[in-house]
Amino acid sequence: MVEARWVRVTLRVATWLTVGFLYLPLVLVGIHAFNESRFMAWPPPGFTLRWFGEALSNPAIPVAFLNSVLAALGAVAIALVLGTLAAMAVQRHSFFGKESISFLLVLPIALPGVITGIALSSTFQTLGVGFGLPTIIVGHATFCVVVAYNNVIARLRRLPRTPEEASADLGADTWITFRRITMPGMRSALLSGGLLAFALSFDEVIVTLFVAGAGTQTVPIFVLNAMQRPTELPVVNVVALVLIALSVIPVYLAQRIGADAGGGGRI
Amino acid sequence: MTTRTGEKPAGRSRRLAAWLHAHPRAQLRLLLSAPLVWLVGVYIGSLTILLLNAFWTSDSFTGKVNPFDWSLAAFEQILGNDVYRTVALRTVGMALLVTVTDALLAIPIAYYMARVASPRARRFLVIAILMPLWASYLVKIFAWRSIFLGNGFLAWVLQPFGIAGPGTDEITNSWIVFSYLWLPYMILPIYTGLERVPGSLLEASADLGARAGTTFRRVVLPLVLPSLVAGSIFTFSLTLGDYIVPDLVSDATFIGNVIYDNSALGNFPIAAAYSLLPILIVIGYLLVARRLGAFDSL
Repeated sequence: MVEARWVRVTLRVATWLTVGFLYLPLVLVGIHAFNESRFMAWPPPGFTLRWFGEALSNPAIPVAFLNSVLAALGAVAIALVLGTLAAMAVQRHSFFGKESISFLLVLPIALPGVITGIALSSTFQTLGVGFGLPTIIVGHATFCVVVAYNNVIARLRRLPRTPEEASADLGADTWITFRRITMPGMRSALLSGGLLAFALSFDEVIVTLFVAGAGTQTVPIFVLNAMQRPTELPVVNVVALVLIALSVIPVYLAQRIGADAGGGGRI
Repeated sequence: MTTRTGEKPAGRSRRLAAWLHAHPRAQLRLLLSAPLVWLVGVYIGSLTILLLNAFWTSDSFTGKVNPFDWSLAAFEQILGNDVYRTVALRTVGMALLVTVTDALLAIPIAYYMARVASPRARRFLVIAILMPLWASYLVKIFAWRSIFLGNGFLAWVLQPFGIAGPGTDEITNSWIVFSYLWLPYMILPIYTGLERVPGSLLEASADLGARAGTTFRRVVLPLVLPSLVAGSIFTFSLTLGDYIVPDLVSDATFIGNVIYDNSALGNFPIAAAYSLLPILIVIGYLLVARRLGAFDSL
């Protein structure tokens, strides 16, 4: 240990203060879900379970959850297929413009969501495509591809080619080799890429606002609309608590799938 | 051979496989066509049409855009109005400020995790930082809104000192919320970068008489710079394009708000012309970041 004692103590204090900073807002939202008052004044005058009942009887909430899950599943499916295809092309072939592929893929996520949103929505309008779940899926898939691509290409780089060559030497054709050798090798990368893409889609607000249209609400759209209506604040608190609790799932799964998913955050 | 692996012999697909095997260019085309059609056709196509709006005119009465009626009117309008410059400077300034804030907050915790914490504490901290990263973006903004309220948590904390709560109009609120939202994106790459720095280098630096500050500045910092830049891609570009945070916790106008408001009003030439600014800044930032090796640290 090179660090002096005072350095270590300072770092420890700074670390726990930062963790406290990260959790304070989440804990406060959790407490407000039980706040007896409709308004989010601090400290709460008393505690109640009433808002959970109110949230359960709100028909818009399950619909929003269903829409969010369907949109995420659709976007993940498309993103995994496109991302895998692009990763295999870049990793296994050399061609003109290869360097720009990753740049092209990262653009939809790197550029401000408001620009992607306006661009896609005006294209849909021009083409006469009605807004709804399918347009949400298209919008989300566009920025999810890079997540699948990054995970798959990282795996392909580490995957030895020899088993595939052996498979071909033993007479298996391209399809069989892909299904029985390449695919199993990529499986956990696809899982973690899919997980990241799902979370990204499930949480997306800005692009969704532009391509959802008036009739389709996802969970973030519901939260955004409801938090601007004072009477619905208690219900938002309950939904918020549920969403915070749900974020344990991807963290747990990412730890199970392995180091691949845990480290680099969401991209 | 096929029967032994349990696959049905399928003449046509096998012939196609053999042909593809012999023609790698065709294989490549097959692999690339779907992703390229999607990204270039759907995404780049839409983006290009939007940006072309910047060079078209719109009817000042109906607001309808006249395609292919070329003009630089939108740019003249933006350059001729100080508000657009103020908003741009404010947004870029905020993005830089948030990046510096997050770097300052992230380095100590990342250093502690990578070099001081026990393996158990380290595992705990990684999960403790991943959790808020995955928690909903809007929920976090909503939480901060309740903290900033005139009678909210912050007002309650500040009351004994005779200071009033900030309310939900202050631009400093945006600074706090942005820094909060993107902090995990900065901590994780720096932590990964620091973990890769061999301890022997730090020992060598200490043996050669360097004090803690000198070792940090001359050994640690240059080695984790690519990771820091990788983290800054998130803190900088996510702040640059966001319009929800400034809208919900402050009354400040950022680049995103101007684009959103103009497009909502149907004023696409202005929205498009102003969009070019964050696009060029982000692309420039990504190019610099790539030169500094940040893409390998993502």
